[in-house]
Parts: sequence; structure tokens; C-alpha cells
Amino acid sequence: MAPVKVFGPAMSTNVARVLVCLEEVGAEYEVVDVDFDAGEHKRPEHLARNPFGQTPAFQDGQLMLFESRAISRHVLRKYKTEEVNLLREGNLQESALVDVWLDVEAHQYNPAISPIIYQHYLIPMRGGTPDQKLISKSMEKMKKLLDVYEARLSKFKYLAGDFVSLADLSHFPYTYYFMATPYVSAFDSYPSVKAWWESLMSRPAVQKVISQLPKQ
Amino acid sequence: MAPVKVFGPAMSAHAARILVCLEEVGAEYEVVNVDMQAKEHKSPEHLARNPFGQIPAFQDGDIVLFESRAIAKYVLRKYSKSAGVDLLREGDLKEAAMVDVWTEVEAHTYNPALSPVVYECLIYPAMRGVPTNQKVVEESLEKLKKVLDVYEARLSKHDYLAGDFLSFADLNHFPYTHYFMGTPHASLFDAYPHVKAWWERLAARPSVKKLSAGMPLKF
Repeated sequence: MAPVKVFGPAMSTNVARVLVCLEEVGAEYEVVDVDFDAGEHKRPEHLARNPFGQTPAFQDGQLMLFESRAISRHVLRKYKTEEVNLLREGNLQESALVDVWLDVEAHQYNPAISPIIYQHYLIPMRGGTPDQKLISKSMEKMKKLLDVYEARLSKFKYLAGDFVSLADLSHFPYTYYFMATPYVSAFDSYPSVKAWWESLMSRPAVQKVISQLPKQ
Repeated sequence: MAPVKVFGPAMSAHAARILVCLEEVGAEYEVVNVDMQAKEHKSPEHLARNPFGQIPAFQDGDIVLFESRAIAKYVLRKYSKSAGVDLLREGDLKEAAMVDVWTEVEAHTYNPALSPVVYECLIYPAMRGVPTNQKVVEESLEKLKKVLDVYEARLSKHDYLAGDFLSFADLNHFPYTHYFMGTPHASLFDAYPHVKAWWERLAARPSVKKLSAGMPLKF
């Protein structure tokens, strides 16, 4: 079986989301860079893979996909085993809880954390100054979310229950970059969240993806 | 079997996302209103169902869920077999992946472009008494046109978004698009004949017609 291909910059958070799933299931894969600076994402070859000109895109034989959470679901579904079942689609209640907390990540956590990552990392890269007001506003939102996460993770080892799932892994990329900002101390007030994060970081799949990220 | 409960105003677009799936599978359900004006969504009783203090929430016996798309998928997984519908296609790797892709597109690309127009033209003036912010509307319409370019290309190849079969991906577009058609910008869709035809197919579905009746366009 030919390795699947993930198209996009290896340091991209949304690419990393897919890579951690590929590592969890032990699938063979290849990362194919897409040069944003050269406008490669807007050229016909890439638009054929992702009509919105974004990354990641993904190829599994004849199947072309985009949207990192959709790609991740496909990977976890295709390579699922007894031991590695990160979607729980055979179980009504468990799969629903995976979906709930994956949607929380997508619609609440991500919109709160990503402006901080963007302001702290990407703006300086373009010669600008981070907008501290925006960062403070995002931190306020983060804290309200973390209150809820703390309550949840003090009851269960992982977000969907006592089993790790895509809901947990989907938090990895942005949180990883957040942990290298000065705002990381916010997590100290949330011991269950911090413990959950540390257990995710200790996963071999997560460590493998981190080791492949370009050094800042 | 007791009817499942959906907590939230029936006219809420996010609640409608769930209700259209309940209608498609013919499940018995009850809508329990949550009085947002009275801050009922922040009450301890509601927070026990949705810890983020949002609507909708959902209950099926002991199972309590939130996040409208997660709830809708639960409904489809539970009732699809007995109803003889297959809107998730989880039995087929390729089809399921396409459903997931276009479900994500609705959530991350289509809705963020379209819903500000709904909020500015319909919801904020009615609920907050503020005038429409035309700048936001214009910026959103520009984004929406680019999105509809892609949808037009896709829907000129297939009858529905995930392929030649109706799926959860298409149904997710119903609630906010329904409200968009009540704004002064509805005619935008005229420039996209395949998108328009696809929308009309969705709007003609009994489930969509039934729910649309409870979602008035004049607030």
C-alpha cells in the first residue's frame, strides 16, 4: 500500500493535527510541503486538492480530502484496531462524547487560543507587534473555557471519558505552541487540565510529531 | 421509548440543525424552550446540560449532550437503520470522508461567511435594536461569493455536496441559509445556478418545509 500523502507545511498546526493521528495508528505517510510564500496554495495543482486553497490536503490512493478534522476522522476510521479506537464509532454514547468535545475544540477552544498563537508567532514574523489587547481578550475567553475543562477533567481522565480520543488529540497542535508563549502560566491554575496535557505530551505519537516540527 | 428532548428556542438555527435530522429519521422529540432573555441558559439547571451555558442541549434518557452537530450525528446514528436512511455513510470509507469534509466546510468556511449577514440584517436589529452594520455585511458577502464559487463548481459535478446522495453535510446548511433568504441579499444565490437548484431541492424536503414554517423570516 502506497503511503498516504499530507500536503502542507510540517510546522502548520492543522497539518500536525493529521500527523498525530497517522502516528497513533502507525500508518505510513509522506508530508509534501506547500510553499505559501510562493503562492503555491493558490495554484491549480493545489486547488485541485483543496478548492479553498488551504492546507492541509490529503491523498489516500484515489481519495482526495481536505479539512484537518475530516482527514483525521478518515485516518482513524480506516486504520482503527481493537487497541487504537479513537473515534468509538461502534458505540453510540462514546462516539457522541468524542464528537461533543471535538466540536468544543473546533468551535470554542480553537477560536480562543488561535488569536494568541497568531499574534505571538505570526505577527512578529511579518515585522509587526503583537496586539496585547486582543491577546488579553483571548486569555479571558481561555480562562472561562478552562474552568469548564477543569471540571470535566477532574471527573474523567480524558475529555470524552476514561479513554483517549480524537477530541483530546485535536487540542495538541495549538496547545503545544501556546505552551511556548509567556501565557503558559495560565494553565497552572488548572491542575486537572495540566495533568491531562502532560499525559497527552507523553504519548509516543505526540512526541514523534514534535520531534519532526522545525525548530523555532 | 420516551421522546428525546432538544433544549433551546425552536427557531434557533443551531436547534434547527438537530430538528431537521430528527425529522429525517422520523424520531419522536420534544423541544423544550430555554428563555435566553431571562438568562435561563446560564441557570444551574441548564449548565448541567451544557456547561458552556449555550443552546442547544439534548437529552435521551441518561445521555445528555451539547454542540448541535454532535447531537445531530448522535440522532442519525441512533435512528438511521430503523428509519432506512443513511445520511452519515459510516459504512463506506470514501463516502463517510466526503460527508465529513463538507460538514467541516459548512462549519469553518460557509457559515462564517454567511451568518454575519443573517445576524446584521435580521437578528441584531430585532433583538438588540441596533442598525445593520453595512461594512460587516459587505465584507461577508465578498467572502461568501468566493465560497459560492467553489460550491457552484462542486454542485455542477454532483447533486449534493458529498456526492450524488443527500447527506448530513447538505442538511447542516439549511438553518442559516433559510434565514439568509430572508435578508435583502437572497438574490446573491441567483448568480450560482447549481447552488440555487441545490438549495431549492433542500428547501422542498418535507422535513425542511415543516421546520421552516416555525422559523419566520420576519423577527
